[in-house]
Amino acid sequence: MSERDALAREAADAVARRSYGKLVAFLAARTRDVAGAEDALSEAFASALAHWPAEGVPDNPEAWLLAAARRKSIDAARKRKRGEDSTDRLKLMADELADTNDNVVPDERLKLMFACAHPAIEKSIRAPLILQTVLGFDAATIASAFLIAPSSMSQRLVRAKAKIRGAGIPFRMPEPDDLAERLETVLEAIYAAYAEGWSDPAGTDVHRRTLAGEAIWLGRLVAMLLPDEPEALGLLALMLHSEARREARRNARGDFIPLTEQNMELWNSAMIEEAEALLRRAGGMNAIGRFQLEAAVQSAHAVRRLSGRTDWPAILKLYDALWRKTGSPVVAINRAIALAETKSPKEGLDALDEFAEDKRLSQYQPYWAARAELLARSGNIHEADNALGHAIGLEADPAVRRFLLAKRARLDR
Amino acid sequence: MKYMLLIYADPDGFAALKPAEAQAAMAGYNAFTEALEKENALVHSQRLKPAGEATTIHVENGRNKVLNGPYVETKEQLGGYYVIEAPDLDAALKWAARCPGSHHGSIEVRPVWEMR
Repeated sequence: MSERDALAREAADAVARRSYGKLVAFLAARTRDVAGAEDALSEAFASALAHWPAEGVPDNPEAWLLAAARRKSIDAARKRKRGEDSTDRLKLMADELADTNDNVVPDERLKLMFACAHPAIEKSIRAPLILQTVLGFDAATIASAFLIAPSSMSQRLVRAKAKIRGAGIPFRMPEPDDLAERLETVLEAIYAAYAEGWSDPAGTDVHRRTLAGEAIWLGRLVAMLLPDEPEALGLLALMLHSEARREARRNARGDFIPLTEQNMELWNSAMIEEAEALLRRAGGMNAIGRFQLEAAVQSAHAVRRLSGRTDWPAILKLYDALWRKTGSPVVAINRAIALAETKSPKEGLDALDEFAEDKRLSQYQPYWAARAELLARSGNIHEADNALGHAIGLEADPAVRRFLLAKRARLDR
Repeated sequence: MKYMLLIYADPDGFAALKPAEAQAAMAGYNAFTEALEKENALVHSQRLKPAGEATTIHVENGRNKVLNGPYVETKEQLGGYYVIEAPDLDAALKWAARCPGSHHGSIEVRPVWEMR
């Protein structure tokens, strides 16, 4: 590759990273044709790589790509022969051209996210759809992060885009009455992306590693575009608190280190402080929600950095509130642990027992690990050993499995 | 865009209403239809007779197979429909939520395939 080619590729990559979602969102906002916008944009990128080495990188690469993509989509609309009337689409594109000048691409990414997380879109595909359309991840990368076969992920993405277009899902901010509910689905999708990235803490899988970072980026974007929505700030605070501990979650040998035993020197204090500031700002808006509560739990863990002690009484109160809000069995497990820390292992165990019959938990590793811990603390070594065995059998992460195995060995001694 | 609102409800529910209640229920539908008309959103609407009066036909190898009853026997049956004009799905869903059918039954909102 010549130096000019390399420069052109670098410039194209840089615009792709920064502007991909903005360009897709803008191109698809009127026509609701996300797949068409993506196709046009990928042709525009190809054409940039063909032209820029010879002609030089344009002053405003984003505007250049937008103009090229528009030409491609107008061509595509002209070629479309049947199934729909293309004059409407051409008219929409002409309107869109008239609406903007060529140098500023309006930011419609939030509207695109609201379309992707619309209640008419199947819940499990919302996060992948946002990752693809706003960040430009390909289906195979998303599929491996979400542990789904690439072909079926790609099929489901195609179907979801067809639904946006076919059912007429709007690209716009929800009405004030619906905003809180719709925003929740957007935030949930972003958090799902983060959680997928989080599950590979060692960062051995490059795709997942970027997934967590990109989810935080999306969280920042939403918090920036909706600065008065406390839950948007809460989600960003939650992700930053978790991310701050990434380096501390494994030791040099790659062993799993539980939160309460982590070396606090390894926590990223800049991220923690940013999270705390966000949480304070959100708290001032007097509309407490799930993400603020979860971020506050993380904040009560982070306080150990200053006081030397985890604030368990605060954590218990927060999990009480979360439990009332969500009724989630995962929250119930954490609440039981907080009960054991503040009252007694027996009380924690009693709280867990209420979920003994819950089918959702029988294959959930943390439930069995929590059970084992509380049983061991109450002196019931035999049952603790059984529960740990169950947890070990369910764990997929080798580092966590090693940790649980070591724990079991100590138990038997 | 055009959307069809398909109203699915338990026909026994309506049959069990006292005359005054049935009248009130109809008045609710009439008001909804009028609102659609006033907003220039109504394309077409019909109430259907009970599913018990339906007959289903399928032609197989040139032979008519005629069955007594609706295509699918379920507790909730298609009882009527509206075809409306709405700018997008959210607007169509908003209309559907106003329709009494979404309260005593459920409404499926389907985009219409527009042929020209």
